[in-house]
Amino acid sequence: MTIDYPDDLLYRDSHEWLTTDEPRRVGVSDFAQDELGDVVFVELPEPGDPLAAGDAFGVIESIKAVSDLYSPVDGEVVAANEALFDRPELVNEDPYGDGWLLKVEVATEGDLLSAEDYQGLVA
Amino acid sequence: MSDDPEGYTFDQARWSNDDEYVPLLSETSAHTAEPGDALPDDLTRDSLALPAPAEPTLVRHYTRLSELNYGVDSGPYPLGSCTMKFNPSFTEDVAALPDAAVHPDRPDKTVQGVLELQHRLQDYLGRIGGMDAVTLQPPAGAAGEFTGIEVTKAYHRANTDERTEVIIPSSAHGTNFATAAMAGYDVVELPPAEDGRLDIDALAAAVSEETAALMLTNPNTVGLFERDVTRAAELVHDVGGLLYYDGANLNALLGRARPGDMGFDVMHYNVHKTFATPHGGGGPGAGPVGVVSDLAPFLPTPHVRDTDDGGYETYAPLQSIGKVHGYAGNWLVLLKAYAYVARLGDEGLLDTSATAVLNANYLADRIDLEVPYGPFHHEFAATAGDRDAADIAKAMLDHGVHPPTTKWPEFVNEAMLTEPTEAETKRDLDTLAAAFNAAAAASDEDLDRVPERTAARRIDQVRAAREPRLSWQALSDAE
Repeated sequence: MTIDYPDDLLYRDSHEWLTTDEPRRVGVSDFAQDELGDVVFVELPEPGDPLAAGDAFGVIESIKAVSDLYSPVDGEVVAANEALFDRPELVNEDPYGDGWLLKVEVATEGDLLSAEDYQGLVA
Repeated sequence: MSDDPEGYTFDQARWSNDDEYVPLLSETSAHTAEPGDALPDDLTRDSLALPAPAEPTLVRHYTRLSELNYGVDSGPYPLGSCTMKFNPSFTEDVAALPDAAVHPDRPDKTVQGVLELQHRLQDYLGRIGGMDAVTLQPPAGAAGEFTGIEVTKAYHRANTDERTEVIIPSSAHGTNFATAAMAGYDVVELPPAEDGRLDIDALAAAVSEETAALMLTNPNTVGLFERDVTRAAELVHDVGGLLYYDGANLNALLGRARPGDMGFDVMHYNVHKTFATPHGGGGPGAGPVGVVSDLAPFLPTPHVRDTDDGGYETYAPLQSIGKVHGYAGNWLVLLKAYAYVARLGDEGLLDTSATAVLNANYLADRIDLEVPYGPFHHEFAATAGDRDAADIAKAMLDHGVHPPTTKWPEFVNEAMLTEPTEAETKRDLDTLAAAFNAAAAASDEDLDRVPERTAARRIDQVRAAREPRLSWQALSDAE
């Protein structure tokens, strides 16, 4: 199975992605979900919670590992993907679509990579 | 405590040769009202649907469950880093002595024997670890870590020197990170150097005036002795930080090297690993903490000391962090550790660490898997290479042994972290090696099918995590 790195997204070196068009969304990369394996639990912040670039905002748990999720932006949570609470496997099935984690209001973007640079980092 | 409560008279007859417990006055004066009086009707109920099988059904149920189980009493159990030691039964006998289980509120002068044993255990542990003072109170290894880091924090605070960071190698036990976070510190994680040891250059770059402590275990998680430990101590001490020793692997050094001599300031002892008490697993555990003299005033209260007249008393250390558990902690667990140390003595303890290291090295030499990091002590990380470590482990189940810890630590590719402990005989080690080698030689098709000879085959871990059923009601609802 090939790993996708969509060109229209920005990436953190800790494997989160950020959309460039509104509404701004955050998720984890195809590479990350593939490394993690079957995701069994996702813990996310509430709408209105502040986000600081590089700080942990939540937790993702697979049968292999528990990892912190790091914010790609300074800003605020607009919505959390509540579908993941019942169906965490959406992160595996559709990491750039139905498996999104947050909708965010962006004050400032953190230090982010292009798809090409991110792929160069992990592949 | 050292002073008798005013007007308290101790009635010896009430306790001796009599199984009947006479409640203290404070217990008899408790509430007498029915619970239902205080609760709204919709929160109370008159019946409870508890299962009520006949006794033979129940006995057979539990006997069957015990037959499905596999423990250290069944055979080799080489879970690396967990140290699944055999628990000698004489320690159970000692802990079952009626004189051992005294009520913790009894005045000191009536329980001098117990206080003497506690004081001696503090002393033994202090001498084994090279520490000046020891508290027995923390109820588990992780609780010991938390206690040690809280003591560290209190020490810095007393010097009006608030610090924000704790440095931890990435191969450390997860409890180290949790401890530092629970105590309010930011964690600075150090990846290992190429040889699997502490990266001393990375440590030098990481230490600062913000460093409250470095948490380190030695030998480390893959059994390697941290050769740069005294240099690490210098680096941390030079910026005013403290060195915390995670006692997880003290069993490899028992009687041969002491954390205190390496420069550590505070440490916890895993009595279930080093001194063969039962693993907690939800039951009572113990995680004593040792400190150098500068940190002794901050230990939990109560602490036991000897008195001028040759007796023993409990007291509150001057700048104590308070209580992390009741009284002397889980005393009957600690008593098993005391019994183990006393029975083995100096020579026995030396033999324990030597045999643990010998057994690990013998086993590693007999298996066909590569062991990338060494020379190692009491445990080693073999690698399953391009196979899945979990598949190899499942295959080992079919050969009647418990497999090692798999896929941890993460810096070892498909790790099989193996610690046979000193309790295994050469025959047991050969059985283990044969299971390793049969599993390593299995074809990919075989590995897809294993385990075939166990009560349960492959567990669906994903479904178990996503749809946990944690009560008998949930099980029957699902049927």
